[in-house]
Amino acid sequence: MPLQLDFWSIVVQWPLLLRGAVWTVGLTTIATLLGGTLGILCAWSRVHGPRPLRWLVGAYVELIRNTPFIVQLFFIFFGLPELGIRLSPAVASILAMTINLGAYATEILRAGIEATPRGQIEAAESLALSKAQVFTHVVLPPALKKVWPALVSQIVIVMLGSAVCGQISTEELSYATNLIQSRNFRAFESYIVGTLLYLGLAILVRSLLAWAGPRFVFGR
Amino acid sequence: MPDFTLWDIFRNLLMAARWTVALSLVAFIGGSVVGLALLVLRLSGGPLVGRLVGAYVQLFQGTPLLMQLFLLYFGMAMLGVNTSAWIAACVALTLYASAYLTEIWRGCVAAIPRGQWEASASLALSFGQQFRHIILPQALRLAVAPTVGFLVQVVKGTALASVIGFVELTKAGGMIANVTYEPMLVYSCVALMYFALCFPISLYARVLERKLQ
Repeated sequence: MPLQLDFWSIVVQWPLLLRGAVWTVGLTTIATLLGGTLGILCAWSRVHGPRPLRWLVGAYVELIRNTPFIVQLFFIFFGLPELGIRLSPAVASILAMTINLGAYATEILRAGIEATPRGQIEAAESLALSKAQVFTHVVLPPALKKVWPALVSQIVIVMLGSAVCGQISTEELSYATNLIQSRNFRAFESYIVGTLLYLGLAILVRSLLAWAGPRFVFGR
Repeated sequence: MPDFTLWDIFRNLLMAARWTVALSLVAFIGGSVVGLALLVLRLSGGPLVGRLVGAYVQLFQGTPLLMQLFLLYFGMAMLGVNTSAWIAACVALTLYASAYLTEIWRGCVAAIPRGQWEASASLALSFGQQFRHIILPQALRLAVAPTVGFLVQVVKGTALASVIGFVELTKAGGMIANVTYEPMLVYSCVALMYFALCFPISLYARVLERKLQ
């Protein structure tokens, strides 16, 4: 039998694909904001916090970085209900993505924070800035600027990783792709279209963040 | 229904973990071979070949591994190849690893000063000789730490093979959780085993990195 590809039957399902893509971008946006904040807090504790906190954050980072995302997601979605914490698929996905990104962001940001020249902190302190002010105004912006490319790559990796969230029936792009192939049995074609859409999203998100960083996050 | 003791859970997971290790090794070794071939192709070929390999890398780094697995699993079946989850996972992870490794190694080769290429060319060495005797030994020194670091990513990547039905650590965890009704305990054990596999590799990569500096 010759190979026959039928992409039209996928394209006509574009509302489903669009919905999935919007979900994927939405999940990534929320996880980026929450995970980024978590990363900043943890990076601060890792550098300036008291010793037990430093150790705790270190353990969190290593635990997350050395286990697969899918196991983290399943632990949250299937494991936590045993403790009476029952989360919807969307909330479980966001929680897992946040915790995952937070760990990587901690390591990335820590490198930036540690690279701050000592003299700048002393100069800021001599201007009677509080510890919090020194961190948010003097240390953090140049640190973010230095590590922005690495952070953007990590955000894209988390977005691509979120394809797994379809496995707990979060209605993102890979879920939409699965749904389409289960309706018309055009598995190969729908996965090609889905994969290409992910590629487009990855390129889009990467350039958008590279553009937005200097303008809105850390200033030029 | 059989009663599962903690030891039963642990033993069954350990058995499945062997498949995680096997898949990781196949993907890592296969990925190294394909990655090295792509690297040589990229260095010796013209700009068009370079662009093609670049597109290959971009394709694998810019799409989810899960989708790559699905594509290969269903694509191979469609081409008439009688495929199993094990074969599909091996092929997909090998290609995935090759894209990352070739990009890592390209960076290491690019870090070698141009003068080294030129000096060896002026000694009338062929491209193969230049690469093998002059560039490779120097680039290898730079490449070891990030390559070992990438192995962690491969081990974690094998967890996705569970989604196309290959029974490795994650899939076994899911099956045991369904039988025992103790997902919390089972997934904790699964996470612990991944950690036991990956953390030593991470540490080793860090030691290598520090040694280099």
